[in-house]
Amino acid sequence: MIELSAPFTEEKIRALKVGDMVNITGRVYTGRDAVHKYLHEGGDCPVDLTDQIIYHCGPVVVKENGKWVVKAAGPTTSAREEPYQGDILRRFGVRGVIGKGGMGEKTLAALKECGAVYMHAIGGAAQVLARCVTEVKGVSMLEEFGSPEAIWEFEVVSFPVVITMDSHGGSLHKEVLAHSSEALQGIL
Amino acid sequence: MTIRRRLADSVGILNGKIPLVNTRPNGPSSRRDQVVCRASERIHTPMSQLRHSLLELVRRTSTTLPDDVTRLLEAGRKQEAEGSVGAYAMNVIHENIGLAQTASQPLCQDTGAILFFVHGPVGMDQMAFRRAAEEAVVEATEKGWLRQNSVDSITGANSGTNLGPGSPTIHFEQWDRPQVDVRLMLKGGGCENVGGQYSLPDNRIGAGRDLEGVRKCVLDATLQAQGKGCGPGILGVCIGGDRGSGYAESKHQLLRKLDDTNPNPELDKLEKSLVEEANSLGIGPMGFGGRTTLLGVKLGVLNRLPASFFVSVSYMCWAYRRQGVVLDASDQSIGEWLY
Repeated sequence: MIELSAPFTEEKIRALKVGDMVNITGRVYTGRDAVHKYLHEGGDCPVDLTDQIIYHCGPVVVKENGKWVVKAAGPTTSAREEPYQGDILRRFGVRGVIGKGGMGEKTLAALKECGAVYMHAIGGAAQVLARCVTEVKGVSMLEEFGSPEAIWEFEVVSFPVVITMDSHGGSLHKEVLAHSSEALQGIL
Repeated sequence: MTIRRRLADSVGILNGKIPLVNTRPNGPSSRRDQVVCRASERIHTPMSQLRHSLLELVRRTSTTLPDDVTRLLEAGRKQEAEGSVGAYAMNVIHENIGLAQTASQPLCQDTGAILFFVHGPVGMDQMAFRRAAEEAVVEATEKGWLRQNSVDSITGANSGTNLGPGSPTIHFEQWDRPQVDVRLMLKGGGCENVGGQYSLPDNRIGAGRDLEGVRKCVLDATLQAQGKGCGPGILGVCIGGDRGSGYAESKHQLLRKLDDTNPNPELDKLEKSLVEEANSLGIGPMGFGGRTTLLGVKLGVLNRLPASFFVSVSYMCWAYRRQGVVLDASDQSIGEWLY
């Protein structure tokens, strides 16, 4: 298990390889469909994403005694952000993307170019992951996009992920797809 | 026997017309049911109790996986190679199931499309049921058991309550029994997005209009879903029907228990062999590679038009949230849990 703590420097990120199991400690920013489309179309980002991590997540967050509390916070499918992600990585200097299901060639190329990684959280594991969120630091675009689509700033401790796309062109998703496609051809 | 004949034979057996589980209420309550629910009577529903029962159904569905699912997940966890990324994923899944149940919090943050399947006697007030279901949904959303998940498709505005056109979805069906049987499925967007519908013949995968073609569709759907639907998954499949009824029946198949037997022996055999074949592809938990790709395949059949041959596949993720209750006819309290 590799411990990765903020600040997320290019050096730390370039050292990560496909298959590494990593615990993240520091800040992550949720952003999913609405945010990606908005930023891709030239929208201003209300937070500074330089050397930060974007988390593809639409959490369940409720207000208890005047404070935001995260009730569930697993990853959403990243493939939907494929048209936008590479551009956003380049434009804002993002260092990492957490999501599930992996992403395509455009993002893989951008990861390599920018020195960033794709980190796979366990889909559906909303409770395990919510417990790693120690504090909600803030929220942006809540009015515009609604709660699941807002930009939530989470302070996380030992947030578990697997590196499935690294900054050297490696992709576990490509490997598994190639092997499983070959296996399927063998039995059809 | 031709394939066509065999398919025709299975129609009606799996068309949702048989009880999926034994729903007969126990002992004394059944007499009372008979009295309360004579065919010509309306059921006068004590609103708050029905809402309370449905709220509890939503809570339990969102937070606790049924035993038939956890048993197979546990078996899969033991099959993954120690130290592998697949085993790691299954361990996190295992931990998550325990945490969600203990804390009574959503298993997955995507609490999904809210799908009720209701069987009730003649005279049941469906409008009152819908109102109670909607109130339960709003309350469950306030309590955080459901995410604010209903979005206007044109404006993008989130209703914030989970109410809106199509949400919640309630499928009503009458039956000749006195009691009301309510099943609920919470189906997340990630798995819903990777469902698919094939129109046979399909040249891309070489699938013809027979069970061998169906087999190819199911295996192709498994390959296409990898990573995106949170595996290990469960496939509900409908052979035949039209584009609408086929998808509806594929979801209906997901109400079956994982360890049940398909009444059509040929389909039963195919269900089991498809799970084995899918698990030989090496896709594994979350698509990380490994041995557990699918936990189950459930095949249903509808008649089709001579010109059409659809195979509709609904993918359910490992967070297989479906539960059901039989309501006590006297006061609409929960009489029995179904899974």
